[in-house]
Parts: sequence; C-alpha cells; structure tokens
Amino acid sequence: MAQFTLPKNSKIYQGKTFSATVDAKNKKTFRVYRWEPENNDNPRMDSYEIDLDDCGPMVLDALIYIKNEIDSTLTFRRSCREGICGSCAMNIGGINTLACTKVISDIRGDINIYPLPHMSVVKDLVPDMTHFYAQYAAIKPWMQTQTPPPPDRERLQSKEDRAKIDGLYECILCACCSTSCPSYWWNSDRYLGPAILLQAYRWIIDSRDENTGERLDELEDPFRLYRCHTIMNCTNTCPKGLNPAKAIAEIKKLLVSRTI
Amino acid sequence: MATVNRPLSPHLQIYKPQLTSLLSITHRGTGVFLSIGALFLSCWLLSVANGPESYQTIQNHILAWYGQTLLYAWVFSLYYHLCNGIRHLFWDIGLGLELKTTYISGYAVVILSVLMTAVTWYLACGVGT
Repeated sequence: MAQFTLPKNSKIYQGKTFSATVDAKNKKTFRVYRWEPENNDNPRMDSYEIDLDDCGPMVLDALIYIKNEIDSTLTFRRSCREGICGSCAMNIGGINTLACTKVISDIRGDINIYPLPHMSVVKDLVPDMTHFYAQYAAIKPWMQTQTPPPPDRERLQSKEDRAKIDGLYECILCACCSTSCPSYWWNSDRYLGPAILLQAYRWIIDSRDENTGERLDELEDPFRLYRCHTIMNCTNTCPKGLNPAKAIAEIKKLLVSRTI
Repeated sequence: MATVNRPLSPHLQIYKPQLTSLLSITHRGTGVFLSIGALFLSCWLLSVANGPESYQTIQNHILAWYGQTLLYAWVFSLYYHLCNGIRHLFWDIGLGLELKTTYISGYAVVILSVLMTAVTWYLACGVGT
C-alpha cells in the first residue's frame, strides 16, 4: 500500500549552517541530507556555503570540497567522476542524476541534495542498494544458451542484431530511473522497476541468448512488469539518455504478440 | 550494527514535479472523477424517469454555480481522459515513447482538452440562449 508521508524516524529537521569566508565572491549554498546511524537522531539538512571560485564545476566537486574543507563526516559514494560507474547517483535539485555529470551552474538558487528517493538510508547520501541488486540478479543478467557454441569461433551476431542492444547496453545501473518512478516507490517489493526491466529487455532482444521464452515467462506478472503505467519519469531522468519506458513497452508488446 | 532504524529517504516530498508524472496522475485522477460522474449521470437519468418534479430538483442543482462547475470539471475530465487515453494507446503499440515526442503529445493533450472544453461551453451557451 502506498504511503505518501515519511515515517516518523525519517522526518527531516533543519541542521547546521556553515558559512563561507567573508571575502568569498561567488557564493552558492548546498543543502545536504545528513543522517548518522550512530545516534538516534532523525535526518537533518545541513547548509554549506561554498565559494565557487574555489571549487570545480560539477556537483560532485562541491561534495568533495565540503568533505575536504568543511565537514569530513559527510558520506557519499563516488568513483569514476565521469558518468560511467553510477556510484554518485542522488537527488539533486529535485531530480535524480549523477553528481559527477551535473553542472552546478545549471541549477539556479540553493541546491538541495538528497539520497535516491524512497530508499533505506545507510548514512547521509548512501542508500542501501541490496534489494535493487537482488532484483537485478533475479532476471539472470547473463547469456543463457541451449545449443553448444560453434567449435571454432565465438557466437557471432549480425550488425543488425548487434544494433538492437544499442541504447540498452549503456545502462550503468545507477538506479536513478527506478527511484524516480512513483510506481517503484509504492511497489518496489514486487515491481522490478525501469532499470531492471531495461536490463531484462537487453537479454531478451539479444540474438545470441536462447532463453527468451523463459525470460518472458518470468516477467509475465501483474507486479514484476505490469506495475509500469508509462509514467515516463524514468526516461525523463536517465543521466545516460536511455529510454527504459520504451524497453518496457517492447517487453509488453512481445508478451502480447506471442499469445496471438 | 542496527539496521532496523534506518530512515526512508524522502520521495514525493522532494521530487520536482515532472510533466510526465503530473499528466499521469491527472489521467488517474480524471478516471476516478469520471467514475463518480457516471453515478451522477445515472441519478440524472433516474430523475428523468421519475417524473417532472424530481427532474426539476436535479436540474436546479445542475444549473446552480456548483453544478455548473462540477459539470465542466467532468467535461474537461472526459476530454482529458479521452485524449490521454489515445496517447496511451499509441504508447501500447510502441509509438511516441521518445522523450521529445512525449512532451509534445503531453502538451497537445492538455491544450486539446482545454480547447474542447471551451468549445463545448461555447456551444452549450449558444443552445441555452
């Protein structure tokens, strides 16, 4: 059942404010979600004023600046800093995206930063991804075959068949799309969500995979697949410019076309 | 480490309203509203069958400001749900799912349903006078 309000222990209160030095000219305020597992406090929003002349251009640069210069207890995931690892996915300015590819100057006014929405928070901006990864494992994201491979070469595929997984293989599983989906917010216990369904379609449409039927059987379920109501927040937010909504629509089409 | 007390990150409270999700929830809202409208429609039909007095009672309510407001809310809901329903049918056959197309068709649905409501109002006023 959908719960529209936050549970008691998740209500956010106003936290500390850290002002920039007086001589800072190019100031910008970052309001960041903080929660520490060590004590019993509720989450809070801390404000950090940063001199942008002193900081790199991306939101991730600002977070690293805060951690290095202002408050070393701030916790967040990051790795590649170029939009290929998906670690720094978070809600920035109300929209899920990667902190490393989001330009600070693209957002007017104060920048609010929250962890990915409707997730269990481990600490600060770090959500618990266990369930998301378990759902990914559930679709068996590897090539499954019935026939033995050719003895003298790899399993080949035509250029046309290869082109079918363009726009799918680029997914980095950052979970921006899934956690932007209201349907996933209310039903993530049983609904797989856009990211996992896009991955499922990536294997369904791969000409080398031979378990297409079983894969479709697994998805033919009122919750796993059909909680998608084409809201399209997923496509709207994907930092890689992919289209999970279209992938899901293609799965639905395949399910219909195999019964007629 | 205790994991039971982990907070739930904010969702609806902080997610910036998107045209995509806004139109989607409006589709659902108008659907519910139209179902209630179907009840009122049957009440109106029953009042017709029940004779002139009961018909006049209902008609007085419909012609009052609140009745008219509700009526045009239903007219708008009907057109919106119809137009957006057609949009959904296109999606179901895999068409118009690119982000740009979605925005164009979304704005088209809003403009069309407002326009059709206005035309209906205009025609109804013309008949009334």
